[in-house]
Amino acid sequence: MSLSLNGPGLWYATRAAGLITLVLLTLSLVLGILNASRFTSYRWPRFLVQGMHRNLSLLALVFLALHVGTTVIDTYTSIGLQDAVVPFLSPYKRWWLGLGAIASDLMIALIFSSLIRQRLGHRLWRAIHWAGYLCWPVAIAHGLGIGTDHATTWVQALTFSCIGAVVVAASYRVVQLIPARRLVR
Amino acid sequence: MTVVATRIRPDYLARHAERLPRLLAGLTVGQPVGLNAHERAFGQLPLAAGEGRSRSVRAKASRLIDVVERSGLTGRGGAGFPTGRKLRSVAAGPGPAVVVANGAEGEPASRKDHLLLSRMPHLVMDGIALAAFAVGATEAYLAVHDEDDRLLASLEAAAQSRIVAGIDQVPIQIVGTDSRYVASEQTAIVQYINGGPGLPTFTPRRTHERGVANRPTAVNNVETLAHLALIARYGDNWFREVGQPSSPGTTLVTVSGAIARPGVFEIELGTTIGEVMMLAGGPVERPQAVLTGGYFGTWLPAEVAWPVPMSHAGLRSVGGAMGAGILFVLPESSCGLAETARVIRYLAGETAGQCGPCVFGLPALADALADLAYHGCRGDAADRIGGLIPLIEGRGACRHPDGATQLAASALSAFGRDAQWHDERGPCYGVRFPPMLPVPGDAEYW
Amino acid sequence: MSQHLRVNPIMCTGHGMCAELLPEFITLDPWGYPIVPDEPVPDELKGLARRAAAACPTLALLIDRRRD
Repeated sequence: MSLSLNGPGLWYATRAAGLITLVLLTLSLVLGILNASRFTSYRWPRFLVQGMHRNLSLLALVFLALHVGTTVIDTYTSIGLQDAVVPFLSPYKRWWLGLGAIASDLMIALIFSSLIRQRLGHRLWRAIHWAGYLCWPVAIAHGLGIGTDHATTWVQALTFSCIGAVVVAASYRVVQLIPARRLVR
Repeated sequence: MTVVATRIRPDYLARHAERLPRLLAGLTVGQPVGLNAHERAFGQLPLAAGEGRSRSVRAKASRLIDVVERSGLTGRGGAGFPTGRKLRSVAAGPGPAVVVANGAEGEPASRKDHLLLSRMPHLVMDGIALAAFAVGATEAYLAVHDEDDRLLASLEAAAQSRIVAGIDQVPIQIVGTDSRYVASEQTAIVQYINGGPGLPTFTPRRTHERGVANRPTAVNNVETLAHLALIARYGDNWFREVGQPSSPGTTLVTVSGAIARPGVFEIELGTTIGEVMMLAGGPVERPQAVLTGGYFGTWLPAEVAWPVPMSHAGLRSVGGAMGAGILFVLPESSCGLAETARVIRYLAGETAGQCGPCVFGLPALADALADLAYHGCRGDAADRIGGLIPLIEGRGACRHPDGATQLAASALSAFGRDAQWHDERGPCYGVRFPPMLPVPGDAEYW
Repeated sequence: MSQHLRVNPIMCTGHGMCAELLPEFITLDPWGYPIVPDEPVPDELKGLARRAAAACPTLALLIDRRRD
């Protein structure tokens, strides 16, 4: 399978990178939720949960770059770099591609704001970070809608595992918040 | 009664009647002193209508601050900070300043601010006007608890009458704050006026640099401003005629507990606690201890307290606290540990809820004290208290936890033998008597 | 110039991340809140102290530089 600009090689690379990005994004979100719930165990001290969340997010950004890069280089479709950040410009599967652009924009904003977190201050950083709960479902929808593999069972299974993991983590967090005897803010 | 005989000067009552009252000179019975009666008693406000902040006006303001500095007036809200120095630093700040008068008397055992505001509001308001002139303020606020509607209404009326009479350049805005204990703290009031919650803040910046609307803000207790109103009229030498060289002037004290005539009294600074007790009619039972400085203060054994002069330095020299001039006399038959346990329980319920060590530490301290007072025989309650105190002290954003730990530590010290007895044998007979220290909403806590 | 650590007690909600990363200097009280001594941070711990301050979930751990 050659990676020539014309063959299917780049297309496979794009799909692979996209799926990996989705998995990494899911893991990052789950760890982020666990961090907020103050999850800790013998093997997972707090700083590890936080550190893995950070590192997996950065890794997801790398694979996002690969996913976008291989798509842009591929001459089979006329998707340009601007379509990766400005949604709904390209006529190619306009809606689903646009969702992808939105998800990437949010990811870049999330990661950039976290890198300058100490300068932003906690309150502003936190307000921006809520966008994580928006970024992930948009990415899932982008994958389901645009992916040419969405009919295959293993991709469906992968996607639903990701959804399942986030649902479980989010439920754990919501349940934890209910008997809220918390400090007044 | 040997305790009373020490250090009470034989002619004290006569001298007291001759030299005082000063602040309370215009006091009437039953209703607040109106503007006309106030001016008859004290003379008009010595403040000509200044035009803007011309050089001559600023020079006059600076001279007023000089007079205040020379008078040696210190804050009457508890901290005892030199008022002249505070006004000077606010005046030196950039831009127009703000004056805030703190009349939100959070201490349940203190009534002096309430007395001044309800009976002699114009004296306080004169002080506000003078402070505003001195620092070049364009806004002035008077903060009181919002529970007392009648007081709020009467203060609004008084402020309005001053504007109508053309006395105040800067209109005084009456602000009703929460009646929580912490809401009367300086940064809490500033934050409330700024539109936030009435809770203390953790700011390394001082309010005199950045307070209301980020402007230099002078926050003073209402009694301090009342003294200012008289110093501006009669001068610093007059102020220094009474009191002591290091602690000049008079102050208001609230006396309660096992004495014949509890209430608010004006005394010269340096008056001994025994003499104050005499003014208040004397103890009705043999006194055991005196709580000085209010709920953030310290217990002193009676024989230690009686000869101590009422002043910041005097009380500090015996490990006591002046606070906002609060004295409570505990009789022999009561249990000091039980009284302290109730107060700490109240303080634990009055946290702002912002800092973990206070939110969790104070209830733990209250539990330990309740165990000691009411459920002894466990042999370790006193140790638990001793262990908790360093975990709580100094770890909050305001001085609320520090005040509580100070009270608890002084109780263990002043009632040390009792604590040992309680630990070994359980509660003493004193716990059966009705409690004496006022704790708002007591039923909730027990 | 020495490095000192202090906690903003209002922002701190007792996550305990700082005590995990800097156990030689910071301990937790019985309620999970950090006890941060006022002494200067030893030289070998300065890098870790900076990391702990960056890792605090509410940015409540603050670094001061003070002249000695």
